[in-house]
Amino acid sequence: MSAVNSAAAHPEEHHDLPRGMKRWLYATNHKDIGTMYLVFGTLMLFVGGLLAELIRSELMTPAMRVLSPEAYNQVITVHGLVMVFAAVMPLTAGLANYLIPLMIGAPDMALPRLNNWGFWLLPPAAVLLVLPWGLKLLGIGTGTIDTGWTMYAPLSTQSGPGADFAFVAVLLLGLSSTMASINILVTVLNQRAPGMTMMKVPLFAWSWVITALLLIAVFPALMAGSIMQITDRHFGTHFFSAAGGGDPVLWEHIFWFFGHPEVYILLLPTAGVLPHVLSTFSRKPIYGYEAQVYSFCAIGVMSIVVWAHHMFTSGMPTAANIYFMLSTMAISIPVAVLFFCWFGTLWRGSMTFETPMLFALGYIVLFGIGGLTGLVLSDAAADQQYHNTYFLVAHFHYALFGGPVMGLFAAFYYYLPKMTGRMFSERLGRWHFWLTLIAFNVVFLPQFLLGIAGMPRRIPDYALQFAPLNLVSSLGAFVLGATQLLFLYNVLRTVFGKSGTKATDRVWEGAQGLEFTLPSPPPFHTFSTPPVTE
Amino acid sequence: MSGEKVQLWRRLAVTAALLGTARAHARAFYNFQRPVTPIAHDVLYIHDLFLVIIAVLFTGGLGALLYSAIAHSRRRNPNPATFTQPVGRKQWLWASVPFAVLLVIDYVVLGIPALHSILALADTNDAQMTVKVTAHQWHWQYQYPVYGIGFSSNLSTPQAQIEDRAPKDKHFLLEVDHPLVLPTHEKIRLILASTDVIHAFWVPSFGIKQDVVPGYLRETWVEIEKPGTYRGQCAELCGVGHAFMPIVVVAKSPADFQQWVSQEQSREAAVRATATETLTQAQLMARGQAVYLKNCAACHQANGMGLTGAFPPIAAGRPFNASPQMLAALKSLGFYANGVIVEGPVAKHIRIVLHGIPGTPMPSWSSLSALDIAAVITFERNSFGNHTGEVIEPAQVAAAESGH
Amino acid sequence: MSAVPDAHHPYYVPQPSPYPILLSGAVFLLGLGLALLVNSFAAGWWPLGLGALLLAGTLTAWFGRVVGETRSGVYGHQEERSFRWGMMWFIASELVFFASLFGVLFYERNIAVPWLASFTSRAWSAYTPWPHFSATWPSGGPAGRPFQVVAPWGVPAVNTLILLSSGATVTWAHLGLRAGRRGQLKAGLALTILLGALFLALQIHEFSHAYTRLGLTLHSGVYGATFFILTGFHGLHVTIGTIMLSAILLRALKGDFSPERHFAFEAVTWYWHFVDVVWLMLFVFVYWL
Repeated sequence: MSAVNSAAAHPEEHHDLPRGMKRWLYATNHKDIGTMYLVFGTLMLFVGGLLAELIRSELMTPAMRVLSPEAYNQVITVHGLVMVFAAVMPLTAGLANYLIPLMIGAPDMALPRLNNWGFWLLPPAAVLLVLPWGLKLLGIGTGTIDTGWTMYAPLSTQSGPGADFAFVAVLLLGLSSTMASINILVTVLNQRAPGMTMMKVPLFAWSWVITALLLIAVFPALMAGSIMQITDRHFGTHFFSAAGGGDPVLWEHIFWFFGHPEVYILLLPTAGVLPHVLSTFSRKPIYGYEAQVYSFCAIGVMSIVVWAHHMFTSGMPTAANIYFMLSTMAISIPVAVLFFCWFGTLWRGSMTFETPMLFALGYIVLFGIGGLTGLVLSDAAADQQYHNTYFLVAHFHYALFGGPVMGLFAAFYYYLPKMTGRMFSERLGRWHFWLTLIAFNVVFLPQFLLGIAGMPRRIPDYALQFAPLNLVSSLGAFVLGATQLLFLYNVLRTVFGKSGTKATDRVWEGAQGLEFTLPSPPPFHTFSTPPVTE
Repeated sequence: MSGEKVQLWRRLAVTAALLGTARAHARAFYNFQRPVTPIAHDVLYIHDLFLVIIAVLFTGGLGALLYSAIAHSRRRNPNPATFTQPVGRKQWLWASVPFAVLLVIDYVVLGIPALHSILALADTNDAQMTVKVTAHQWHWQYQYPVYGIGFSSNLSTPQAQIEDRAPKDKHFLLEVDHPLVLPTHEKIRLILASTDVIHAFWVPSFGIKQDVVPGYLRETWVEIEKPGTYRGQCAELCGVGHAFMPIVVVAKSPADFQQWVSQEQSREAAVRATATETLTQAQLMARGQAVYLKNCAACHQANGMGLTGAFPPIAAGRPFNASPQMLAALKSLGFYANGVIVEGPVAKHIRIVLHGIPGTPMPSWSSLSALDIAAVITFERNSFGNHTGEVIEPAQVAAAESGH
Repeated sequence: MSAVPDAHHPYYVPQPSPYPILLSGAVFLLGLGLALLVNSFAAGWWPLGLGALLLAGTLTAWFGRVVGETRSGVYGHQEERSFRWGMMWFIASELVFFASLFGVLFYERNIAVPWLASFTSRAWSAYTPWPHFSATWPSGGPAGRPFQVVAPWGVPAVNTLILLSSGATVTWAHLGLRAGRRGQLKAGLALTILLGALFLALQIHEFSHAYTRLGLTLHSGVYGATFFILTGFHGLHVTIGTIMLSAILLRALKGDFSPERHFAFEAVTWYWHFVDVVWLMLFVFVYWL
C-alpha cells in the first residue's frame, strides 16, 4: 500500500527486556499485552466450546440425561457470555494491540499502562462469571446466572445471586472495553507514522476505529442497565417492573441498543483483517479501499439505530416494527459493498490457497449465509415465525462463527509466522480448515431446518419430531470441537519452535504493509524511530 | 453400553433414511407446519419467496467465488491484474447494478409483502370472540369471558418419560391436560397477560408469536380455517420449566364448539359446587396427593424435598437456600426460620397457593377448584413427615378467595 | 529509555508497571464485595474494604508516578495529545452513560407510564390488572405509594447557581494560570472546591429530606428510581470531580503547572464542565419539567 523508508523500519534492539512473571503482570509492551489477550481469548474459546459440547450432549436425544433444566439454563447463559465477551472480543482486541502499532508505524500503543489495565480487567470478570458455580459447590447460592445471555427482566430479577455476579462482571467488561477502545482510538489518531494520512491507514486499523467508537457509544448504556438490574433486584427500584410504572421491555431496549452494535463490534475487526489476507494470496492490491472505509463508517452509524429488530415479537407499536424493519434492511447495502470489494480483490488475481486464504474464503461463504438469513429475519412479519427458534440460533452462529471466528482463524494463521518467526504446519492447517468447514455446516444447517419446523431455542428437552436433526447436529458438534484441538496443537508447536521452517520477514509472497517490513518475530520495541510513508 | 451404541447407530441409520426421503415428510420435517390462518399463509408465502431469493443470491455468489478460485488461481492466471476500483462511467454503472438489485429485493420484493402482513397482524378489529390467555411459570391459563369459563392447561407428559424411564408418547412434551378450544372460521382476539416473567405464545400453524409481558397486556388474533389439533410452545426463556409449558389448541367447527362450551360450563359448575362439600381427612388426603403430583411435584418434587436453590421443600425442618426475594417472602409468611423450612399458619398457606409469591417462581393456583386447593393443602400439611393433623375444607379456601 | 526531551525524542513508553494489575485487583475486590453484600453475605465487607483501600492506594501511586514523569519532562507534545484525546473519549463514554439514564427517564415517563394507563380504555379495561391507573407524572406506578416531589425552585435552583458559579470560578483560575497569576489560580481552585462541597452538602440534605419528609425513596416507582439514579450518579461524579480538583490544588500549591503546559488542570476542568452540563439537563428534565 505504501512505500516505506526501510532504513527507519528496523530499530535497534533494546537491552532492557523485562523478564519473568513481571514481564506479563506489569506489561506495558503492546506485543506482550496483545499476546496475553490472544492467550486469554483462546483459552476462553475452549471454555465456551466445552460448554457448547455440554449443550449438544443434552440435546443429542430427547429426554433429560446430562444436565438438569437449571444447569442447562446456566450453561447456555455462560456459553453465550463467554463466547461474546471473553473469547471473541479479547481475541480481536489482542490482534489490535499486537498489530495496529506495527501497521501504522507506532512505537507502542498511545497509553501503555492503561492498555494493561484494560486487559487485566478481563480475567477478574471471567472469574466473577463462574465463581457462583464454585460457591454452589460450597453450598452457597444457586449457581451462576441462568437467564440466557440477554438477561431479560424480570427473569433476571428472580434469578439467584449468580445474576449479581454476572452484572458486576458486565461492569468490569464494560470498563475494560472502554479503556481498550480509548487506547486504540488515540493510537490510530495520534501515533501514525509521518505521511500516513487517515485514508492510508490499513483497513484492519480502520475497522477497529469504528469498533472502538461503537464500544464507547453503546457499552456505557449496558453498564447503566446492569446497575439498574442490580437496584431492581436489591434496592426496591422499579425500572423494569410494571407495578412501579416501569417496563420489562425497557431492559430489552437497553440490552439490544448495546447488543446489536455488539454484533458489529465482533464482526468489524475480522472484516478488517479479511482484505489483507485476500489481497496477499491473490497477489493483487485491495479493491475498493475507500469504499470499505465508508462501509465501515456506515455500518457503525446504522448499527446504532436498528436495535429493536431483535424485539419484533415484544409487542412494540406497528410503526416501530416497520421502522426497525426498513432500517435493518438498509444495512444490507454497506455489507454488500464489503462483499463486492472482497470479490473485487480476488477477481483476476493470482490466487494460492494457503490456510489463511482458505479460512478467509470460508468466512465469505459462511458469513454470506449468516448475512442472507439475516435479511430473512429482518422481515418483521416473517420474524414472528423465526424469532427464538433454532433458525435464529443457526443464523447467528453463521454470522458469528462463520464471520468473526473464521476470520480470527484466518488472522491467526496469517500473522502467526510473523509473531513467532516460524511457519506452522500447512498440512494440519488445511485439515483444520476442511474439518471445521464441514463439521460447522453439519452442526448448524440442520438447525435452520429445526427452527423452520418449529423448535424453540433455549429448551433442554424437545418433542420427538426434532430428534433426528438434533442428533446430526450434536454429532457434528463433537467433531467440530475435536477439530479445534488440531488448531491448538498446530499453534503450540509453532509457538514453542517445534515446527520446521523459519518464517521470512515478508512471510507471504504477496504480503504488504509496514508489519511485514519488520523481522519475524518483531523485536521487543519496534518503530522507536517512526518509518516514513510516502 | 454396547446396547446404547447399537441404538445410536440405529438412530443414525434412521436419520439418514429420513433425510433421504425428506421430500415425503416435507411438512413435518423441514418446512413450516401446516398454515391454518391468514397470517400463517402470508408468512409461509414470504418465507418461500425469501428462500428462493437467498438461494439464488447465494448460489450466484458461491458460483462467482468458485469460478474465480479456479480461473484466477496462480496456475491459470500467473499475472494478477492491478485494478483497485471501477474506472469510467460504464464500470461504475455496472458496479452499482448489484446494489440496485439488492435495494429492489429489500424494499419491493420483500418489503411490500412484509408491510402487508405486519399491518394485517396488527388489525384486531371486528373480532367475534375474545379469549384471555395468561402465562404462568410454567403453564398457560385460558379464560372465555363471554361464556364465564376458564381453566389452566398443564403439561400432561409424565415425569417418567422426561427422565427417560418410560417409552415416549407420540406427542411427547406437546400434550396437555386441558387444551385451548377455539371455533374455526371466526376471528378470535387473544388478550395475553403474564403473572411472573416474559413468556411468548407461539403456535407455528397460526403464524403468530407474541411475547407476554408481566403487568402489561398484549393482543393478537387468529382465524383458524380447519378443525384439528395444533401444538406450540412457549418461545421466550422463562426459567427452568420453559421447555415444559406447551400450548395445545383444538379447533372445532362452530357447532361443535358451542357444544363444548356447554359441556365445559356444566363441568365447571359441578366443580364450583364442590366448594361447599365437607370431606373427611382421608378423602382430602387421597385427592390432595393426586393434585400434588399433577401440579406441584414438578418443582417441589414428588418426595416433597424441593430443589436446593430453587424450590423450597414442603417437608418442614429441611434446610433451604435460594434467592433473597424468595427467602424474605418465605420468612415473612412464616414458612422459613433459621435456615430451615417451618410449617407456617394455614391462612398464609392458603394465600400462597391461591395467589402465589410475587417475585418468585411460585405462581397463583387460583384456577384450581377450592376443593382441590383444600385437598392439596391438607395433603401437604400431613405428608413428607409433616403431622399437623389439620384438615382444610373447601369452604375455608372459598372464603379466603372471596375475601380478596 | 532516555528521559531527556529533545525536538525529536521518541514517544515515551513507560517501563513495566505494577499499578494497572493492582487497580484491576482493586476493582475485582470491589465487585466481589458488592455481589456478596447485596446478597446479604456479610463476608462481602472484607473484599469491599480491601478493594477500596487498594483502589485509593493504587490511584494515588499511579497518578503520583505520572506527576513525577511530567516533572522529569519525558512527555512531549505527542504524549500530551494522547492524554487529551484519551480524556476526551473518556468523557464521551461518560456522556453516553448519562444519556442512557436520561433515555430511561424519557422511556418510563413518555412510553411506559402512558402504555400502562392505556389499558383502562374500553378495548382493554376488562382484562387489565391496573383498572384505576392513570398516566400522570410524577408517577409511582400502578402499585406505588403516594409521595411528594422535590420543588425545583428551592434548593435545586440554588444548587444550579452554585454549580454555574463553580464553572465560572474554575475558568477564572484557568485565566490566572495562563496569565501567570498563581494567586488567582489557587484562589479560584479553592473557591471551586468549596462550591463543589457546598453543592454536595445541599444534595445530601435534599436526599434526607426526600426520604424522611416527602416519602420519596428508591421504592417510589419509576419516579423515585429515575430521580435517585440520575441525581445519585451525578452526585457521585461531583464527588470525584471535587477530589480531582483538590489534587490539582495541591499540585498548584507545590508549584506545578506552567502557563503553557498544564494538561492535568485542563482535564479536570473539562470533567468539571461536563458535570456542570449534566446538572443543567438534570435540573430541566428531572426537577423542573
